Amino acid sequence: MTTRILENVRIIDPSQQMDEIGSIIIENGKIAAIGASARNQGAPDGAEVINCNGQIAVPGLVDTRVFIGEPGSEYRETIASAGKAAAKGGITSIVTMPDTNPVIDDVALLQFIQRTARDTTDIHVHPASAMTKGLNGKEMTEFGLMMEAGAACITDGHKTLRNAAVIRRAMTYARDFGALIACETQDADLAAGGMMNEGLLASWLGFSGIPKEAEIIPLERDVRLAELTGANYHAAKISVPQSSKVIRRAKDKNLNVSAGISINNLTLNEVDIGEYRTFFKLSPPLRSEEERLAMVEAISDGTVDVICSSHDPQDVDTKRLPFPHAAEGAIGLETMLAAALRLHHSDQVSLSRLVEVLSTKPAELYGLDAGSLRIGSSADITLFDLEMPWVHYKDEIVSKSKNSAFEDARFTGKVLATIVSGQTIYSDQ
Amino acid sequence: MSFPHRHLLGIKGLSEPDIFYLLDKAEEAVKLSLQREKKTSTLRGLTQINLFFEASTRTQASFELAGKRLGADVMNMSVGNSSVKKGETLVDTAMTLNAMHPDMLVVRHSSAGAVALLAQKVDCAVINAGDGAHEHPTQALLDALTIRRMKGTVGRLTVAICGDVLHSRVARSNILLLNALGARVRIIAPRTLLPTGIKQMGAEVFSSMKEGLKDADVVMMLRLQRERMEGAFVPSVREYFRFFGLDAEKLSYAKDDALVMHPGPMNRGVEIASEIADGPQSVIEQQVEMGVAVRMAVMETLMLASGRN
Repeated sequence: MTTRILENVRIIDPSQQMDEIGSIIIENGKIAAIGASARNQGAPDGAEVINCNGQIAVPGLVDTRVFIGEPGSEYRETIASAGKAAAKGGITSIVTMPDTNPVIDDVALLQFIQRTARDTTDIHVHPASAMTKGLNGKEMTEFGLMMEAGAACITDGHKTLRNAAVIRRAMTYARDFGALIACETQDADLAAGGMMNEGLLASWLGFSGIPKEAEIIPLERDVRLAELTGANYHAAKISVPQSSKVIRRAKDKNLNVSAGISINNLTLNEVDIGEYRTFFKLSPPLRSEEERLAMVEAISDGTVDVICSSHDPQDVDTKRLPFPHAAEGAIGLETMLAAALRLHHSDQVSLSRLVEVLSTKPAELYGLDAGSLRIGSSADITLFDLEMPWVHYKDEIVSKSKNSAFEDARFTGKVLATIVSGQTIYSDQ
Repeated sequence: MSFPHRHLLGIKGLSEPDIFYLLDKAEEAVKLSLQREKKTSTLRGLTQINLFFEASTRTQASFELAGKRLGADVMNMSVGNSSVKKGETLVDTAMTLNAMHPDMLVVRHSSAGAVALLAQKVDCAVINAGDGAHEHPTQALLDALTIRRMKGTVGRLTVAICGDVLHSRVARSNILLLNALGARVRIIAPRTLLPTGIKQMGAEVFSSMKEGLKDADVVMMLRLQRERMEGAFVPSVREYFRFFGLDAEKLSYAKDDALVMHPGPMNRGVEIASEIADGPQSVIEQQVEMGVAVRMAVMETLMLASGRN
């Protein structure tokens, strides 16, 4: 029996409304005692005692939208390299997207991810199942078998289903298995040819834009179908206030509907694209500053439930191209927490709310054993210094791909250690 | 005064004095092109590569002639999309050419921003000969030179730009340049061919030729590409010509001595009637002539700025 004690630590755990200085006692990888009441219990012989000097411990972060190159594009990112990046970012659980080659649309492939994760990484990896075979938008995958095998949710990744009848049937069928349907919503026709947020900036750069209606229209459709079918529906990456209104209305009607947002849409805006910087070509596109601020408010007021990194590794072959030909996406595992802390330092979102949307709430929505430091839960803990300044240099990026939208960004707040099942898997030393 | 830019990637970033510097220099080149001996040794020994990823006869010929008249060695590479099809990226092509030590690269590409990307990767001066719907700076300069020679000034004139502004790099560069020189810019187009936010781009917007052309000093017509006039953006050629094509009646709303301009190649009977294109107010041929002069001025200036002349 191994015992580790984190002493003199500020514990923020929204799952038990805790924000207090105390201790965390870990026994055999589980939380044995926590809080002010766990102080001075006396360490058993052989216990490892770590003085945290008042730094902050929170339930290990949960990232529900992570794109990985394995299988198919291992040169961009493997499960192992994503695991290292996640650990450095304080993330202990990730939900991996099915947009790989081959697509994760079969139990054997889902198990391949689980096995590879077990053998090559220390963090918890929960693969999502594709909603349609080969992401073709037509035939459903075996939701029942996939959920039984441990799929975290049903999603077509970056793809938005065009056919409303297909998504209706998927929502209906998923109910029998209690499966969460997670969707990105962007109408392919309205967004066709669009390179960035529609508006004056796009016009000057000579681009067609992606109007916000391209996001809102399929979202409205999905929410209405969720109402019709009673599905457990998660709008994975919304980016404009009109979308939060749709979600707010659904919640007011007590529908089983939730929403997430990419950290990029909360901390960056369209101006960051500057003169054609492809690392800022993202989906959904970076929006205007007013829209970004409205989305921060939607996190604060509880309309949006989850912040995800939308980690999407791309290499020079897909990013060092003229902007129209460059792939969308940016890596984000290593910077999600630090970027999110900007919203705390600017007094826009409380620290406990941030922990809630980065850990507790996503774990709850995706049904993962994470997001809480209650006694008996797995000791997945992120320890960070709220005030430490640092710069995110390209050379220090752990991900195999370096397409960070935060290259050379200055942050305040840094992960000191990441603990999974009681073991320290990353330390800032 | 000197010219403080290494490349010419767009009109954006050029100050009024920068623009006048280039226009004044172009005036000298106009004179040179009228002599029997048109060739100088200004850029002798320097290498100019015309790298055209998008087919263009006129612009490429104009740049080639400009370089040759300045004494540079000119090489044309019409890549079409052949290298791209073979999998070579734009940056690889740029690196390959850079290794050949050119002094000037003249680049046209169908993607907005592609020329700027290439300019980051090479050691020589880069001139944007048109990138997607972004900018076509030498076109705007030659338009300004044409206007100035005919009207004596550009500032305070009313210039109406008509047609497919949405897809037009010529329109964007002209809006920037005309505003920089203090002209009043009007845009006339069907709403489907207007970019979002056009009213904040420094132009008054009209959807009627009658109102938009009223008392205009200059009428600039834009080319409407065939694939855009068969239902995608406008329903048909005849409808477009009826409402937005420049004919004698519509031109009569402008000032009597208004100039008619077109960047070419023209679609006669689509955006402009033949009688107008060939009529007394048309300066379309002068535009071509000024094109060579402006490109000579730009190349000489950039070589001077980089100390290569």
